[in-house]
Amino acid sequence: MATIDAGAATGRIVIYRHSLLVRLSHWVNVFCMTVLLFSGLQIFNAHPALYWGQYGADNDPSFISMEAVEDGDKAKGLTHVGSLTFDTTGFLGLSEVDGEASARGFPDWLTIPSYQDLATGRRWHFFFAWLFVINGFIYLAYGLFSRHLRRDILPAGSELAPAHIGHEIVNHARLRFPKGAEARHYNTLQKLTYAAVIFLLLPLMILTGLTMSPGFNAVAPWLLDVFGGRQSARTIHFLTAFSLTAFVVVHVAMVILSGVFNNLRSMITGYYAIEQEDRQ
Amino acid sequence: MSRIITRRRFLIGATMTASALGLSGCDAIVESDRTKSVLKIAEGFSMKTQRFLLGDDALAREFTEADLSPVFRANGTSMPDNPQYLDWMNRQFSTWKLEVGGLVDKPMQLSLAELKALPARTQITRHDCVEGWSAIGKWTGVPLGALLKTAGLKPEARYIVFHCADEYEKTLDGSGWYYESIDLVDAFHPQTILAHTMNGRDLEVAHGAPLRLRVERQLGYKQAKYLTRIEAVADLGRLYGGGGGFWEDRGYEWYAGI
Repeated sequence: MATIDAGAATGRIVIYRHSLLVRLSHWVNVFCMTVLLFSGLQIFNAHPALYWGQYGADNDPSFISMEAVEDGDKAKGLTHVGSLTFDTTGFLGLSEVDGEASARGFPDWLTIPSYQDLATGRRWHFFFAWLFVINGFIYLAYGLFSRHLRRDILPAGSELAPAHIGHEIVNHARLRFPKGAEARHYNTLQKLTYAAVIFLLLPLMILTGLTMSPGFNAVAPWLLDVFGGRQSARTIHFLTAFSLTAFVVVHVAMVILSGVFNNLRSMITGYYAIEQEDRQ
Repeated sequence: MSRIITRRRFLIGATMTASALGLSGCDAIVESDRTKSVLKIAEGFSMKTQRFLLGDDALAREFTEADLSPVFRANGTSMPDNPQYLDWMNRQFSTWKLEVGGLVDKPMQLSLAELKALPARTQITRHDCVEGWSAIGKWTGVPLGALLKTAGLKPEARYIVFHCADEYEKTLDGSGWYYESIDLVDAFHPQTILAHTMNGRDLEVAHGAPLRLRVERQLGYKQAKYLTRIEAVADLGRLYGGGGGFWEDRGYEWYAGI
């Protein structure tokens, strides 16, 4: 078998995987999305209920809500989802702040700032929303111009064949990660996931966020029709944030399982080591 | 020290920073004045962008009777407790007057009956609380722009301030009176009205009787209730906390379009 370069003698080669701009925008995104999530939960806590439609307030039916209720001489936290009610004492609806049980949607370790302060939560949210949007536009412009999106993110037709995807799912489930030439590119599941995040979830976050703005409603009233109203947009904003959080959990798990040092190094320095294919 | 260890240290450092942020145990950063002034940049940016996209006269969405909230939540003060207000209320606001003053050529005083006799605009719009909830109501009132034209703004007037009969927070220095302000773009916007009628009936006390402001492209806290005096000013710095509104003096954005 022909060796690819000198590194092959040790069974691995190092390739330049992520360009500087991709790396920078990735970490700016990590920072922005972290702040946006935790300041977003602060904002949510100001009115921990979600509705569907143009309007929604205390007297209207909500389909997700959190509350603290009295339970004998104690209190408990309840989370309602549709007609279901869950006791979420200690986490949602009621949690400890400095050792004292407090009525709040999400607990203090998930909000910026930790104490209830809507005004500050909004300041952080909107500042980092701007940073996030600017960062996103720079990434997209670069991605189009450098063909990064087409080359690295969008799956080729052949990659979308059910047999190919099925094969990848089996490999993923067994935590068998690609080696050799295949490891030079994202696999199809990665491409599909990243494409969904870049082209669906993140734009959805921005658009539903804008739909909650009374000023922007006057600029683009059609957004209200697209999402079915401001309160629907608020709900979709929350659910999409939840989906993005789920993505990050899986993403970080895969980073750890497929070689945490190699992956982190590649997203910081650009260089990624590839194991050679097993020799038969 | 080899390069790889430096990088490894960097990675560990980066991971620790990220997790510290995740714990949001950074209230010290949150509370620093430096941080606050940097974050404030976003407000100006949002306002300039929205104003650029909006132009001056883009309208807020207007709804139909079918869209009205069955119950319109009353927020903030629902019953001002100052004696003057109670006296007005007990007389069905027949002795109440709206004062229009400050940087105007013709200061005016208008009774509720005089305001109701003026040409009015009716609009069904959505009220968005900064907390996140919304309610749809039907408002009838006098376009603020028409009133300001009658009073005649002096050239140096830049903002319109709304004083209210509502001491929202009891303080010794009187800094807890509710007030609000908007600039001339919003003051002359066709949907900016002084509403005396809500859902076809006299404005209720809980919703700001006898007169409240509607600025439909901004959040709920701009919709000042219990109006007593409108003042045209050149700048907002000298009033109360200098932020241009009760909530603005307590950290909220003056431009509440988002």
